[in-house]
Amino acid sequence: MLAYGAMPPVGFVQSKYGDMVNSLTVSERHITDAVTAVNFDVRGFDTLGEEFILFTSVLGVVVLMRRQKDEPAGDHEDQLPGRTIPKPSDAARVMSFALVAPTVLFGLYIVTHGQVSPGGGFQGGVILASAPLLLYLCARYSDLKRVLPDKLVDISEAIGAAGYIVIGGACVALGGVFLQNLLPLGKSGTVTGGGMVAFIDLGVGLEVSGGLCTALLIYLEELLEDKEQ
Amino acid sequence: MNYLAYGVAAWLFLIGLYGVVSSSNLVHMVLCVGVIQSSSYVLLLSIGYRIGRPAPIFSDISPGTPAVDPIVQALMLTDIVVEVTVVALLLSLAVQIHKRHGTLNPDRLTKVSG
Repeated sequence: MLAYGAMPPVGFVQSKYGDMVNSLTVSERHITDAVTAVNFDVRGFDTLGEEFILFTSVLGVVVLMRRQKDEPAGDHEDQLPGRTIPKPSDAARVMSFALVAPTVLFGLYIVTHGQVSPGGGFQGGVILASAPLLLYLCARYSDLKRVLPDKLVDISEAIGAAGYIVIGGACVALGGVFLQNLLPLGKSGTVTGGGMVAFIDLGVGLEVSGGLCTALLIYLEELLEDKEQ
Repeated sequence: MNYLAYGVAAWLFLIGLYGVVSSSNLVHMVLCVGVIQSSSYVLLLSIGYRIGRPAPIFSDISPGTPAVDPIVQALMLTDIVVEVTVVALLLSLAVQIHKRHGTLNPDRLTKVSG
């Protein structure tokens, strides 16, 4: 309660760092979205940690959900017997099928344009990962597996996670500091603005979409195995 | 009125905490943890907000215009990622508990086995 009383009123908080970043992102970093500049350039190392939080938790989900030998099979006591899941309506199937391609395109746009407008790897990766969900709504699980094999998801996640470190390491190898922006900064307001940020964004986008797809596939598998029993 | 946003954050935190404490279903409890975390979004955004200033996107306003604080917005992005990971992990724990014990009610999880 003491802290609450000592807070400045909303809208009048003073922060020198925020104003400094705002005034410098365009002139020094050639990035027009200040939030992306903070995340991927000014404190890019923290974002590496953030990305690995996601990586570790997907790993945790995979470990927790794997099939164990001594797992009890059969009915659970709080499950209604003979309950069937209704099939999705035709309207939902047509709509989600129509939305798959625009969703992928929109996700890629958001991933690659984080320097220009709101967006970036995290947001775009989530949008990309929602495309398989739409596919699951409009088709069977086996069709989803055919379009999106486990290998593709795993590779995307691995490339995304490794890419970030490789980019950082390349900077050290070239004589800079880890994740120092060594590429030409490009023209602000375009995709090339911000130099390396575009590549880091792409890596994070791959990692996020791969990680979320892994978790999604695991949960779906769990659900379908339970149904078969 | 100026302190309303902080009040909303505190209210979200308390209502989420109440949900966690009184929950009788683990999935419901996980979502309540999400509600608690969303209070930190409101708090961060209200700290970064400046009256009358635009968003820190300089593609359509001229560079150097005073804008709201981008640093807390970036922190909030981290916050969202952390919430997603926490919810995913806790939900998979809930699935495992349901498999082992056949129930999601924490009050009925009294059996201890080693």
